[in-house]
Amino acid sequence: MGKYAIRRTLLFIPTLLVATILVFTLFWIVPGDPALAILAGGEGDTGSVSPEQLRQLRQSLGLDRPIYVQYASWLANVLHGDLGTSLWYKTPVWHQLKDRFLVTMELAVMAIVLAVCAAVPLGVTSAVKQDTGLDYLSRIFSSIGIALPTFWLGILIVYFLAYFFEWLPPLGYATVWDDPLLNLQQLILPALTLAFNDLAFTARVTRSSMLEVMREDYLRTARAKGLKELRVVGRHALKNALLPVLTVSGYQFARLLGGVIIVESIFVVPGMGTLLIDSIIHRDFIVLQAIVLLIAAVVLILNLMIDLTYGVLDPRVRYQ
Amino acid sequence: MRRQDELTAAREAAAENAILEMRLASPALAAPWRAVARFARRKPLGAVGGLIVLALVVTALLAPVISPYDPRQIIREDHDRVPVYVAPGSAYPMGTDHVGRDIVSRVIHGARISLYVGLGAVVIGVTAWFVVGVVAAYAGRAVDLVVQRVVDAMMAVPGLIIVLAIMAVLGSSLNNVIIAIVIGMLAPVVRTVRSQVLSVKEQEYVVAARAIGARSARIIVRHIMPNCLAIYLILATYYLGFAIILEASLSFLGVGVPPDVPSWGGMLTAAAQGHITKAPWAGIFPGLAIFIVVLGFNLLGDALRDVLEPRLRGARPGLTR
Repeated sequence: MGKYAIRRTLLFIPTLLVATILVFTLFWIVPGDPALAILAGGEGDTGSVSPEQLRQLRQSLGLDRPIYVQYASWLANVLHGDLGTSLWYKTPVWHQLKDRFLVTMELAVMAIVLAVCAAVPLGVTSAVKQDTGLDYLSRIFSSIGIALPTFWLGILIVYFLAYFFEWLPPLGYATVWDDPLLNLQQLILPALTLAFNDLAFTARVTRSSMLEVMREDYLRTARAKGLKELRVVGRHALKNALLPVLTVSGYQFARLLGGVIIVESIFVVPGMGTLLIDSIIHRDFIVLQAIVLLIAAVVLILNLMIDLTYGVLDPRVRYQ
Repeated sequence: MRRQDELTAAREAAAENAILEMRLASPALAAPWRAVARFARRKPLGAVGGLIVLALVVTALLAPVISPYDPRQIIREDHDRVPVYVAPGSAYPMGTDHVGRDIVSRVIHGARISLYVGLGAVVIGVTAWFVVGVVAAYAGRAVDLVVQRVVDAMMAVPGLIIVLAIMAVLGSSLNNVIIAIVIGMLAPVVRTVRSQVLSVKEQEYVVAARAIGARSARIIVRHIMPNCLAIYLILATYYLGFAIILEASLSFLGVGVPPDVPSWGGMLTAAAQGHITKAPWAGIFPGLAIFIVVLGFNLLGDALRDVLEPRLRGARPGLTR
């Protein structure tokens, strides 16, 4: 196990490094000049920009240095916990980000917990009752879930709640510690919207993983021993079938964090998503860079943890 | 070296002729509609998906003929009255939007935008990443390792966020949406293709080709790629639907296509800003269009996968949103 853990952890470092290079180059080797883009604003009005202004901004952003020097100094700052200063708000990025980061994470975790709790029973039922009406129903349900655009679902939910129950999700935001009930009221709908899409996908993976495990010899042995069907499915099959589900959930989490942006903007949640859209409109590349980096780091760390857990749960993985 | 290539070509040509003769005798080629009918019988849901896709293509092609109004035109009724948020009825089958444009015409023209972005992203993007995957897997060693790390890193950031970031840099336009999707969303293609190539690479016909002295480029183009064609087709179908959702998401967030372009996603922006209670039709029809079209591509993709590559069953190749 020790060897596997070390190997897997070592693999994580270059990936994270490549991610930082991607994030960095994405913004600084753009067609045109970020300084020009910032000065010109969203409309791309480059006519009113004087060369002197441009030179000054380039200098203050450090853009006049070679790209690898820029990258090295940026990376050094990031490693010291300095994500830079927002171009638009002129405040340290971390100040703006830290509360929003927690909101987004809370939303994402709520969504994935909701999704997995509903998806696993759905997928298992579908697999156990393969090719019955119940199976078809759950497969149709998951096909629909995958094709439903998150933002449309969000809009429909708001509409139906407002129309039938005359209830709108409360505006303004409270943290879990200040007001847990209000926090739940605010986040439950966006979390459900996000979860629905994810649920469909996870249910599908659970189903096919269960179907595979159900054909294994040890299940026949378990049945031959005279174990009750519930115990065979619940203990022997599910335990093994959940491994792929775990891996997929890791990647699903990345997908979910993308969906969060859309959902946050529909339900007006003050998370990283709304900040991201805001920084795109203001062309605040420093904030944008920080958000992308933060999300990449979260996803990579999560995947590392999942792979390590996998190694504990399934010894075969370690010897590959 | 040249002599060797000619020799290889001659040997392959002989083998191919034999295969071609067999194929011509097969019923699928003699009557393609029979193959389609067989597909429809075996996979009714896939056939439904195919019909939806066909309907999308026809709608996109005939858009100017079948739509009652110009999609960008703000309608002026008698006495210069602008019909803002008129409910669906005989004059406007899907009602009108917040500035007085005919929604049915915009939904019909939206099919063009969706298909354009979908096809553009898939033809350029899936093809490019497909080639990267094939070459990386075939080359192995350092090339493969580097490509793998880059793809891992790209998959660590939610595709939508990369795409949004690229849009921030490029500015909103239809072609920029395609560029952003190609760069930001399609890297997972590499993974699916790679695993396929790794198994194809060990097949006897590839080993045989190498044994008779074929060069790497030739083996890749003549032997490996044709055997990954099914995967390409399946991925292309899925990602078409996927690119359509993505364009809609971007336009919905206001960073996709400019607001006057009739994009299904862009049409929903007003609905999300609280207008939905005032005029539900403006929020329902464009969303329904996205949903049906994406469902169509997914159903078709599922059926193609089951028929062409049963081994992939259950797993949707590299779908991350």
